[in-house]
Amino acid sequence: MDKKSTYFDNAATTPVDKEVVKAMLPYFNQIYGNPGSMHSEGLKGKQALDSSRETISKILNCEPEEIIFTGSGTESINMAIKGIAHHQNKKLGKGNHIITQKTEHPAVLETCEFLEKEGYEVTYLDVDRYGLISLDELEKAIKSETILVSIMYANNEIGTIQPIKEISEICKKNKVLFHTDACQASEYLNLDVKNLGVDLMSLNASKVYGPKGIGLLFLRKGVTLTPLIHGGGQERRLRSGTENIPLIVGFAKALEIASKDKGLECERLTKLSNKLIDGILKTIPKAFLNGHPTKRLPNNVNISILDIEGEAALLYLDKEGICASTGSACTSKTLDPSHVILALGLPYEAAHGSMRFTLGKNTTKEGIEKLINLFPKIVKRLRDLSPVNLKAEDFKEYLSEDNKKISGVNK
Amino acid sequence: METHVDVKAKVEGKKWFYNDIVKKHFFNPKNFLKDEAAAKEYGKTASGVGQVGSPACGDMMKMWIKVDKKGNKIKECKWQTFGCASAIGSTSMLSVMVTEKGGMKIEDALKIKPQDIANRLKGLPQRKFHCSVLGDKALREAINNYFRKSGKEDRVVVQGAKIIDKILKITDKDIEEAVLEGAKTLEDVQKKTKVGIKDKSCIPEVEQLIRFYIEKYFG
Ligand SMILES: Cc1ncc(COP(=O)(O)O)c(C=O)c1O
Repeated sequence: MDKKSTYFDNAATTPVDKEVVKAMLPYFNQIYGNPGSMHSEGLKGKQALDSSRETISKILNCEPEEIIFTGSGTESINMAIKGIAHHQNKKLGKGNHIITQKTEHPAVLETCEFLEKEGYEVTYLDVDRYGLISLDELEKAIKSETILVSIMYANNEIGTIQPIKEISEICKKNKVLFHTDACQASEYLNLDVKNLGVDLMSLNASKVYGPKGIGLLFLRKGVTLTPLIHGGGQERRLRSGTENIPLIVGFAKALEIASKDKGLECERLTKLSNKLIDGILKTIPKAFLNGHPTKRLPNNVNISILDIEGEAALLYLDKEGICASTGSACTSKTLDPSHVILALGLPYEAAHGSMRFTLGKNTTKEGIEKLINLFPKIVKRLRDLSPVNLKAEDFKEYLSEDNKKISGVNK
Repeated sequence: METHVDVKAKVEGKKWFYNDIVKKHFFNPKNFLKDEAAAKEYGKTASGVGQVGSPACGDMMKMWIKVDKKGNKIKECKWQTFGCASAIGSTSMLSVMVTEKGGMKIEDALKIKPQDIANRLKGLPQRKFHCSVLGDKALREAINNYFRKSGKEDRVVVQGAKIIDKILKITDKDIEEAVLEGAKTLEDVQKKTKVGIKDKSCIPEVEQLIRFYIEKYFG
């Protein structure tokens, strides 16, 4: 079995597609000119840059000039949030209030916390048990000082998809700018910015079988921000630094492939992830799905398993050649369990035992079957070692009917 | 024994955090009780048992010891752990340390520090060190439990907590735990801990602590 078929950590990053590698290679040492140079080698670089931007603009349904290449998803997000805040507040003298929500990626949360230290006010909206924000609460949170709303498209841990169109309508109605972190959405969801109605959108290549270290920010025409990086004036003076042509070419190729394969791949992965969810919930007692049952990314399976600790399970899986990830405190640098799982209102116990499997292009039915076959054995092994035995009854609101049966919960 | 596939080799080129000794103790732990029934059975004949941590904080450990007739040496040490590889590996190593070479003297076992376990494991990744600090605490609890069960209260050793009952060596932590387990009054707490039964002078302080912890956890 191909080892990529048991790599269930595609939300962390994806392998680079062969076609993408092929497209990038000439731009390292054959076509290497600086797009800013006034000679034929420079022109070749400029052409590659322009045509990549053009390709991506078609996928996003925007103007090429509305795309700014950056060094990562994190950079795009920093640029969007700090750049808008500084421009709106310091340059235009507008308010200092930003709205976001509790399950955002640290790239958003830490940036907002940084701005709080600078004196900005940030509202962190709650989410419901499935990870969705409330549109009513969003509307209520908007006030005259609000300058920006930043809500992610799809969550990286639990895959929950936020109602982006509805959010952008609320923002438009209230004349507030709207940024979305679409890093996890790009492989599977619609990226048409006109349809979505967003003002800013952050993307990166490393989740769409493109290279790491490249991102982009869609910045709608007419919206201005204060740049983070000053220098030679590349990217419409908004992001200086010699353009990274090989990575930009790879990013464009990756998005192009993703946009072609989207429908079929979503269907295939939905089937496989449902098989996995079913397989786990029917065989492992005291386990439940985190996130939304239907409004979720087709490749995301996040499950809490009571009485075990995620890192231990992760290592047992790794020993069998299976890669996954966990929301347990033990694998986080801060030693706190997943803020996303906790934001769903779940107790700490459920966060420590949460496991994320994110499927991808290389996932096969055989890979899923191997996981379904091995995982219950690993859980049993760790449960036997564990002195903890939480009552299934206390968690019955989360358990599926099938799982209640094997967990011994009476109706 | 099952064949070992090296974690390192699986994550191509990238070193995993754990060294081979930790991995060995994690994948093939020593002296653990293999399920709830085994734990129950063993508990009947154990000299002492200690439990620390909670599932909410991500690590929980239960440790049982059997002490020789003279009350000098630890002859057996069994455990169950909920936690990460570092927690499981270090409990396993600790259980080996206190039982090897005919068993460790209780005085020496009481001196074991997390660093000693980490050293025997030839090091833990820095940010995983905190996961190994429960083992020695669980062991001390088990030893204290043995002292109490065998009428050797004078030998109870308390660390990182304040002794409230000077005769039975009951600490603020014991009272905190009793409250967490549902005790709401002095009588409830006394049923669980016997605090203030011999050392009556501590009762006002105990009552104050009970109010404090009830306020802290249930207020
Ligand atoms: C939702 C989300 N936002 C932002 C990022 C950050 O992207 P990058 O690693 O490219 O900086 C990631 C990926 O880790 C992500 O999943």
